[in-house]
Amino acid sequence: MSATPSSNGSPESSPFTLERGLAAFRAEIDGPVAAFFSSCVHCGVCAQSCPFYLETGDPKYTPILKLEPLRLIWAAEFTLLGRLKGLLGLNKQVTDEMLTQWEELIYDSCSMCGRCSLVCPVGNDIQAMVRKSREGMVASGHVPEGLIGASVRAVQTGSPMGLQWKTLQVQINHIETSTGLTVPVDQAGADYLVMLSSMEVINFPEYLEAITRIFDHAGVSWTLSTQCFEATNAGIQIGNKDVAALLVQRVVDAAVALGVKNVISPECGHAYTAIRWEGPNLIGRPYPFHVFHIIEVLDQLRAAGRIKTEGMETDRLSLHDPCNLARKSGVIQQQRNLMDLIAADFVELKEHGKFQWCCGAGGGVSSNERAEPLKIAAFKMKKAQIEEVEPARMVTMCATCRTQLEEGLEHFNMDIPVVGLTELIAEHLVEHEPAEQAEGAT
Amino acid sequence: MSDPMDFLLLTKGPLFNLAVTVFALGMAARILEILVNGRRPNYSEARGGQWLPGLRTVLTRSVADPGTFKRAPFNVVVGWLWHLGFIVTLLFFIPHIALIKSLLGLSWPGLPNPVVDLVTAVTLVALVATLVHRRTHRVKRRISTPEDYLVWTLVFLLVLSGYLAYNRIINPYPLALGLHILCAEVFLIVLPFTKLTHIFTVFIARWYNGASFGRRGVES
Amino acid sequence: MRVFEKNPLEKGLAERLREHGVSRRGFLKFCAATASMMALPPAMIPAIAAALERARRPSVIWLSFQECTGCTESLTRSHAPTVEDLILDLISLDYHHTLQAAAGEAAEAAREQAMRDNHGQYLLIVDGSLPGPDANPGYSTIAGVSNYSMLMEAVEGAAAVIAVGTCAAFGGLPAAAPNPTGAVSVMDLVKDKPVVNVSGCPPVPMVITGVLAHFLTFGRLPELDEYHRPLAFFGQSIHDRCYRRPFYDKGLFAETFDDAGARAGWCLYRLGCKGPSTYNACATMRWNAGTSWPIEAGHPCLGCAEPRFWDAGGFYVPLSVPTGPASDYLLAAGAVGAVAGAVVATKARGRAKEEAAVRQPVTVEELEQKL
Repeated sequence: MSATPSSNGSPESSPFTLERGLAAFRAEIDGPVAAFFSSCVHCGVCAQSCPFYLETGDPKYTPILKLEPLRLIWAAEFTLLGRLKGLLGLNKQVTDEMLTQWEELIYDSCSMCGRCSLVCPVGNDIQAMVRKSREGMVASGHVPEGLIGASVRAVQTGSPMGLQWKTLQVQINHIETSTGLTVPVDQAGADYLVMLSSMEVINFPEYLEAITRIFDHAGVSWTLSTQCFEATNAGIQIGNKDVAALLVQRVVDAAVALGVKNVISPECGHAYTAIRWEGPNLIGRPYPFHVFHIIEVLDQLRAAGRIKTEGMETDRLSLHDPCNLARKSGVIQQQRNLMDLIAADFVELKEHGKFQWCCGAGGGVSSNERAEPLKIAAFKMKKAQIEEVEPARMVTMCATCRTQLEEGLEHFNMDIPVVGLTELIAEHLVEHEPAEQAEGAT
Repeated sequence: MSDPMDFLLLTKGPLFNLAVTVFALGMAARILEILVNGRRPNYSEARGGQWLPGLRTVLTRSVADPGTFKRAPFNVVVGWLWHLGFIVTLLFFIPHIALIKSLLGLSWPGLPNPVVDLVTAVTLVALVATLVHRRTHRVKRRISTPEDYLVWTLVFLLVLSGYLAYNRIINPYPLALGLHILCAEVFLIVLPFTKLTHIFTVFIARWYNGASFGRRGVES
Repeated sequence: MRVFEKNPLEKGLAERLREHGVSRRGFLKFCAATASMMALPPAMIPAIAAALERARRPSVIWLSFQECTGCTESLTRSHAPTVEDLILDLISLDYHHTLQAAAGEAAEAAREQAMRDNHGQYLLIVDGSLPGPDANPGYSTIAGVSNYSMLMEAVEGAAAVIAVGTCAAFGGLPAAAPNPTGAVSVMDLVKDKPVVNVSGCPPVPMVITGVLAHFLTFGRLPELDEYHRPLAFFGQSIHDRCYRRPFYDKGLFAETFDDAGARAGWCLYRLGCKGPSTYNACATMRWNAGTSWPIEAGHPCLGCAEPRFWDAGGFYVPLSVPTGPASDYLLAAGAVGAVAGAVVATKARGRAKEEAAVRQPVTVEELEQKL
């Protein structure tokens, strides 16, 4: 059906229309959007923060330019001058042709890393406006096929990759065999409900094993839920609040059903953003539980003295902060505290923490097959950063970042393995008495 | 208007009233457009406050982070130079202070005229540099609109006419002063309807940005 | 002052000066001063002296209309004996209704006589503005003749017209809003004869005599600015020649008339000095035989040599301050704008809300159709 970039299909058959799209754009315009567009002076500094521009050199990828459809609607309908110009028919209209052209800019060349929002001299939160723009893009039917596929699979199968609980069950069995520990499932009243991402389950099975061992070690009361194990949210990436709300609701229902106090987001950046920040607003009410990223929980355990490690990694390690976790959620110091536990030779990338550079795969770019060349291009920014400090291995805490780092480094023939921080911690746990184990389960 | 004095009095009287009226009307509308629209309720659990981080960002966003400075030194240095020059000239030239006092009743000490004169000259040079940059840098060229060039022209003419009037390069003086005031009036009239609104809305935009990041525990 | 002297053209200046007891040395000093005041090179001094010595006394008719006699006072009250006196002796002032001894019909007859005898050659000096051709002529008449008729009649045979004082030059106080008498300047009415404006309220006496000296010396009028003012006297602004200028440049200003800055002689800009926009010779020639001038006396320049100084806002309001009640407009328009903006935003938001209420949620089935 929809070609690249999507044509709108045959208009009479498609449920998505320009009108519906414009209404969705319109619904996203609020005070901040008005303030941001009122303040843009076209200085172009945002381009200097965008890996997609910096590595391609194509000025069409300038972040503020990606917001042109949203800006036009704001200018025409939300300003006095726009209203007056409208009476004279002087406003430039947003058309399907324009949106078709913008599809690449809003999806393929934006990982919503939010770096532009942090450097814009007038304070424009450009990333937030890209997120808003995607609402209009979906409703008008201008969306990359890869993201539609992921959304459909997520809603229909419970996982954007089509993963079923039975696959996870097989993995649980493996873990239980290899560790001799129990992976708690559907434990009502547990302190923590652990959510996963399909990518972790498929690509990084060591993550669940690491959690099992650490929580056992620290005596944490936790559980998985058969009702919902997937916390990634294709609705956030495609940028549609209906799909996103539906997916968030599943997590909330599972957490409420088990009566947990806390939900742990997987090592996945956008999943964290989705359930931590957008979720309550998508369902229109606060949660009856707290949401943490696994790294936050591990750091809390560390601070409470509940994680005891032995030995240090002696090779040179560096850290990639996932955008969603660091810049967009303020989890920055926690991973460093944890690195200090186990890394003897830790070196920071030059720009890190809130000023880190995106791996290039976030914001749905990795689910969007046609964006592959852009994704690799954007990675070059990260590559340069890594080359600068020459680590033996990279450590991160987001499955998408990790996959992108691995693929990217391989693409450029760089022999730098990428490891998850949670697994690293698990590897250094002090072995302890089985008696303590039993305590933790209650 | 062939008579310079008539021209000066026109700019100091009716035209000034007109400019101030359009400016106040437009700018109040623009700010209300933003504030009335407001923000939707946020139900997520906050990691940090909003007010202080917002105010912090209002200040700190004036200074580029080291990485951005390295990647866009021209933007940062020249942008600072001419903005600072413009503000110093606007707010610390004695005749401007007298004008502001008559309008708002507020007054503060000014700078010696030769200092303002020098600052103005630097500002003019910096402004020319920004135009060259806008025409030559591929990003700025791509994102520039006719409005950007219009606004540049107005700002440049405003500063230039002030410089010429102060240095009495255009004669007679009532003509020079009238031209400068006229430029200021066009600037005021256009301000609420162009990117010049950022003079005021930048504080709101930065606050929203800082508040949004601050709520998520990030100093932006 | 010898008004009504007949047959004036037989004696040259040198002779007349000797009669007045002025030495050759004093005469050359005057020539040097004239040269300097008209910005001529020193080499011109002998030429000026020679020209003046040869000069014959031209007939001058002085018409006073809507005026206060300040201009005449300025000219005559200067210390005697001065070059001003001398110059007046050099011309044949055939009609000046304040100064002349004759009155009534005899006075008017003298005017008519002079106009006839010197037709095409006499200088016409005017002080005061006059009701224009469309105004009620009754506002100002002399001997039952309207100012307008008298001026136009006198202009007809004049070689040139010198408008003395800001009223004659630009309308002056009689023309101040709402200009009840419909006062206009000489320049407004005289289009076919050379007009020299010697503005100022009153003008610097030396400037009046300087223009006459120039006419006598060169037989023509001096170079003029766009307001028909002699450039030699009006070429530079008060501000440019002001001895307090260094204080302006340093940013040192008197804020009130009795503060330390005022006593220290700092710049009067903030007290409303119009020096920057005023072109006149006060700063260089000063007043009362060079004793002082307004700014030296601690008072800001009113800008009296400029057109419309009478309606250009408060005398004690700085030049940069607008003349209208702009802050009222600021407040009122700001309030209106706030309402307009609020209405637009509320309407837009309302529309968005309505749309949100009837919004058709995106379903996965719809998305599937796109695959």
